[in-house]
Amino acid sequence: MEIKPLPWLKQSLAVWRKDLRIEFRTRYAYSALIMFAITTLVTVSFSVGGFALDADISAALLWIILFFSAMAGLARTFVHEEEAGTVTALKMAAQPEPVLIGKYLFNVTLLSSLTVLVVPLFLVLLNQKVLLPGVLVAVLLLGCLGLAGASTILAAIVAKAGAKSSLMTVLAFPVLLPLLFAAISATRMAFAGGLPRAITTDLLMLFFYDGTAVVASLLLFEYVWNE
Amino acid sequence: MLNQITIKALSKAYRRRVLFKDISLTIPDRSAFVILGPNGAGKTTFLRIICGLIPATSGQVEIIINGQVLTAREKRNQIGLVSPDLALYGELSAVENLEFFAGVRGFSFSLDRARELLHLVGLQGRGHDLLNTYSSGMKQRLKYACALLHQPHILILDEPTTNLDESGVALVDKIIKQHKQRGIVIIATNESREVAYGDQTFTLA
Repeated sequence: MEIKPLPWLKQSLAVWRKDLRIEFRTRYAYSALIMFAITTLVTVSFSVGGFALDADISAALLWIILFFSAMAGLARTFVHEEEAGTVTALKMAAQPEPVLIGKYLFNVTLLSSLTVLVVPLFLVLLNQKVLLPGVLVAVLLLGCLGLAGASTILAAIVAKAGAKSSLMTVLAFPVLLPLLFAAISATRMAFAGGLPRAITTDLLMLFFYDGTAVVASLLLFEYVWNE
Repeated sequence: MLNQITIKALSKAYRRRVLFKDISLTIPDRSAFVILGPNGAGKTTFLRIICGLIPATSGQVEIIINGQVLTAREKRNQIGLVSPDLALYGELSAVENLEFFAGVRGFSFSLDRARELLHLVGLQGRGHDLLNTYSSGMKQRLKYACALLHQPHILILDEPTTNLDESGVALVDKIIKQHKQRGIVIIATNESREVAYGDQTFTLA
């Protein structure tokens, strides 16, 4: 075999492709994400009964659905490696950073596809108007990157613990709180309009949160992975 | 150039239970080292420390290739591990597993190399079947293909013939004898047939 050293990105893509292939065949994580999101969405829309909600409440509801759906499925990527016993083979073959980046890309893919499906349904079922669609797209994009970023490193920690499913939500909530505040605030303005300065502040907050989550994860991951 | 493994005052304890203490030895190039001991003596732990999968309580393991002591990260590309603890991806086929492990190690994947390895381990014609449909013996054979994929200098085998039939045992025999000619083989076993491969043996009490 011809041996050509490849940079981190291609190794990360190998992890991403592998996880995507396994998910496509098993649908463990995606089923959990979708089922939670659809169930919550339908329950909320029945309770509201076709009335348009206040933009504040709608924005909060949307991010509650996305947050808990993410918690239901995003831990799966590391938990499955531990439960299936494949983590030893992965540790023997891969450097820690490409594993983290590959898993992060996989979680971003899962969460983005969930968002693409859930948000239009949410807008239709809750009869929610969007005054600034460009802002909504930016918030959702940055929000998904941040949710996936923080969830990925937390999933790596949780995978080594006993009570995996409950621990993920408990650990993630305080870590994701700043992101949720900024995302809810920016989403409210996307729904009802707002001052450009306030929107920019929230989007910048999300952008820096995403960057911090990824950089902090890269710094911490080797210790978590080799523990 | 010097290739060897040097183990210096290696100890491992889990809380108060000492598995082994102050093991010092050198494993030279082109040799096989066999580690023996009853169940629970720490054979697998010893191998996992050499692989860098778990830390030692004290002491160190130096892997020297071409006169250079390898870092923890460099070790991975010089070691091929076959162990009952190591599982491959059941939702992927044998070829997809090999493709993944080549990719994640940073090597380009070639279908010819995959076919060559699958032929070596007697899995030709089954490369595109999912691992979930394999028997435990076939999975063990594929572990050898994955361990040899990156042409490592050191082959570490924990209970090397577990789940294998007669032809599988002959295959392991061939792999060990071939690998001894160009690198280092470390085996943890209690099978007398496998102990015979060792140029050096060490017994954990």
